Amino acid sequence: MLNFFQLIIIYAGIYALMAIGQNCITGNTGMLSLCHAGFFCIGSYATAIICKTFGLPFWFSLPVAALASGIVGFLIGVPTLRLKGDYLCIATLGLGEIIRNIATNVNPVGMMSVPRAQLFGYQFSSRNKFTFILLIWFFVLIAYILFRQLAHSRLGRAMVAVREDEVAAASNGINVTKYKIGAFTLGAAVGGTAGCFATAYTLTVQPSSFTFMVSVMVLCMVVLGGMGNLLGVILGAFIIEFISYFPQLVGLSSVIPAQASQIIYGLVLVVMMICRPQGILGRDKYRYGDPRSTFSKLRDAVKSRKGGEVKA
Amino acid sequence: MATLVQYLQYLLNGITLGSIYALIALGYTMVYGILKFINFAHGDILMVGAYTGLLTYTALLGDSTNPVWMLTAFFIAMLVSMAFCAALGMFIERVAYKPLRSANRLAPLLSAIGVSFILSNGAAWIFGAQSRRFPYPFDDTPIVIAGLSITPHQILTIVVSVVMMVVLTLFVNRTRMGKAMRATSLDQSTSELMGIDVNRIISMTFAIGSALAAVGGILCSFDFRVYASMGTMTGLKAFVAAVIGGIGNIQGAMIGGLLLGVLESIGAPLLGIPSALRDTIAFAALIIILLVRPEGILGKNEREKV
Amino acid sequence: MRILETQQVSKIFGGVVAVNKVDFNVEQGLVNGLIGPNGAGKTTLFNQITGMDVPTSGKIIFDGRDITGLPAWKISRYGIARTFQNIRLYCDLTVVENVMMGLHFKVGAEPFRGRFVQAVKSYFNARSENRELYEKALSWLEFFNLEGLKDEFARNLPYGNQRELEIARAMASGPKIIFLDEPAAGMNPAETEHLMGIINRIREHGVTVVLIEHDMKLVMNICDNITVLSFGQKIAEGTPEQIRTNPEVIEAYLGKEDD
Repeated sequence: MLNFFQLIIIYAGIYALMAIGQNCITGNTGMLSLCHAGFFCIGSYATAIICKTFGLPFWFSLPVAALASGIVGFLIGVPTLRLKGDYLCIATLGLGEIIRNIATNVNPVGMMSVPRAQLFGYQFSSRNKFTFILLIWFFVLIAYILFRQLAHSRLGRAMVAVREDEVAAASNGINVTKYKIGAFTLGAAVGGTAGCFATAYTLTVQPSSFTFMVSVMVLCMVVLGGMGNLLGVILGAFIIEFISYFPQLVGLSSVIPAQASQIIYGLVLVVMMICRPQGILGRDKYRYGDPRSTFSKLRDAVKSRKGGEVKA
Repeated sequence: MATLVQYLQYLLNGITLGSIYALIALGYTMVYGILKFINFAHGDILMVGAYTGLLTYTALLGDSTNPVWMLTAFFIAMLVSMAFCAALGMFIERVAYKPLRSANRLAPLLSAIGVSFILSNGAAWIFGAQSRRFPYPFDDTPIVIAGLSITPHQILTIVVSVVMMVVLTLFVNRTRMGKAMRATSLDQSTSELMGIDVNRIISMTFAIGSALAAVGGILCSFDFRVYASMGTMTGLKAFVAAVIGGIGNIQGAMIGGLLLGVLESIGAPLLGIPSALRDTIAFAALIIILLVRPEGILGKNEREKV
Repeated sequence: MRILETQQVSKIFGGVVAVNKVDFNVEQGLVNGLIGPNGAGKTTLFNQITGMDVPTSGKIIFDGRDITGLPAWKISRYGIARTFQNIRLYCDLTVVENVMMGLHFKVGAEPFRGRFVQAVKSYFNARSENRELYEKALSWLEFFNLEGLKDEFARNLPYGNQRELEIARAMASGPKIIFLDEPAAGMNPAETEHLMGIINRIREHGVTVVLIEHDMKLVMNICDNITVLSFGQKIAEGTPEQIRTNPEVIEAYLGKEDD
């Protein structure tokens, strides 16, 4: 029971990273992309290859995974991002499938027994889930802070302008193509780091696991929590992962078939779209009347606490 | 290097596959033409059609081995499956898409993905993960003509598809209902003002599209077997076909389907790459067409007005 | 002084000549009217100048610089702002955020050089930059008497305010010329009167105005000079007085008199 609960938290963390990336693409910039499974795949392979084939440490693979999927995202983005809405959705879907198709053909058996990640001699193993939770959620927190800062900066606003109206954005001097490609590349890079952590946890890479369904699941998380709302997106990742592990969690996996969670999840999507299309938390409510970023709020909070300690 | 006969064989297989894609693509294209959204659940309706057809066929057949009854039972099963899927399609539209007609464009798309999940996983739950074979309703010994082998089920596939497409073309071009359908796809609010019951037309579109998907599902299960997630890939490919032909355009879907089938079949040997990469060929074709001519072969170029 | 001129600009859509070898001149500091019957090619000409459309042939010179066929965002940075015939606001954003978008590229001195460095700086200085942009946006809202609505969502604004907000957003980008595409469309006489005041204040602010409008009273009252298009061709150019009495213009609007 506790074991499964920890498992949910780990997977929620991995998927939260993916969802943060997807949110940058879909939630902020309004591009309906369906190839996050592909970026996840590239990140996973990058880590497995760096750690196993080259025998380099995990920490080295993290930036490589981000960079590799970022570059692929950029290469995908440059030609496809002139497409709009549904067409972009299909093109990215096709590219996601191509990545998986190539992976399954080049490496049909996948990669096994990737070396574990280490930090100061400590090995992160799937047996001690708690430390893994700390590791993954530490990076979720970093991603959250970085992307929140982005969303509340001039650049994030320009992304939103692109989402709202591309023509108007261009008339305001916003280079629409550049922002789209930038957002896509960033989102892809974060998706890649998620793949990196997934490999570090499972220590295997299965090319057949990067299906279209993974992309859909990530998109669901973004929609469920509230597009453009980072906290909502993380919440969405939690809910989706909770639903998928619910049968195991309550110890009824023999009674409830594996498909039940997926059916619920389809239902959730349909019902959400009809009843609350803006997602559980809705749009990010940021008021410029108090133009203080979280980053600076945090900094101020830390400062004032430090100040308090000094006085005491 | 393959010989000419081999290429002709690939071409023939491609046409068979392509005519199935075309049937399924019609459903995508008709719905897109009217509602302007991708019905992701269409692929899973195909799977439901295949299961319904298979179950009806085996139930009707019993232990009989009479060749005439086998073929009759097959066609009855096909009709039953078409009717069932038509009803299912209309039901899904009413429940999952109709409330979202005025919402933004992302909403129905995601709702469709939800429906797709429910259908494919529901089927996996009921029928299990095992795939089943759809028995041939006749002796499927290939007929060999000048080194070119053609199986009776390929003939059946091509004949049935052609008949369906001819019927659909006649329906859309000749009947009042078909005219109303075309009018609705051009301009929904004006058609409403002209006294067309748009809701009924949309229901009808889903019914026809789903019935065609059922036929496509049964026909493709000869080659691919019947299983819960069979609709995902086939559906996606059919969608690619619809886009290649020009989404929203009925003739386009037919041409796109055939083209994609042939491309998939001939592409791998022609380029000398493993045939397992045929999906890559299909999606690469999609991306190339989207970049070169995003409106598809027969589609109209709709520019956004500033 | 001429701030902008089009030289023999044409646009052909399929077989239709929407704009036919038009020489359109914009005088600095004045309100320049562009009028003509529906389908005369006014908006097409606007779109070509502001980079939303590429001319089939001809040249567009702005401030001594050839801007023909440049992308819209670049043209905007050179100092050409515009509004749209069918209002294009960022509907899900607040009024003040809409104006902040207009200020997007005003961060940093040069419109093009060192933008990437600027972007990185913006990222890390989001707080102070936001405050600065917010203040500037507020002052523009005050200019248009919209400060009371600053936290409303743009979609919830009444029609007249939406038009004003669009102009405010365009003005925030600090343009040399502002193009207004039928700003009075759908307005009642009182609102039109108010708009006239706004246009006058924009001119006093030193910004050249180009105006497409069907409301003749507004055009005749406010414009310093007027260009008339009909079927894609320029048929007249001059002061409101000259245009009012020009027989060709009267014919274009009312049709030829039968003898």
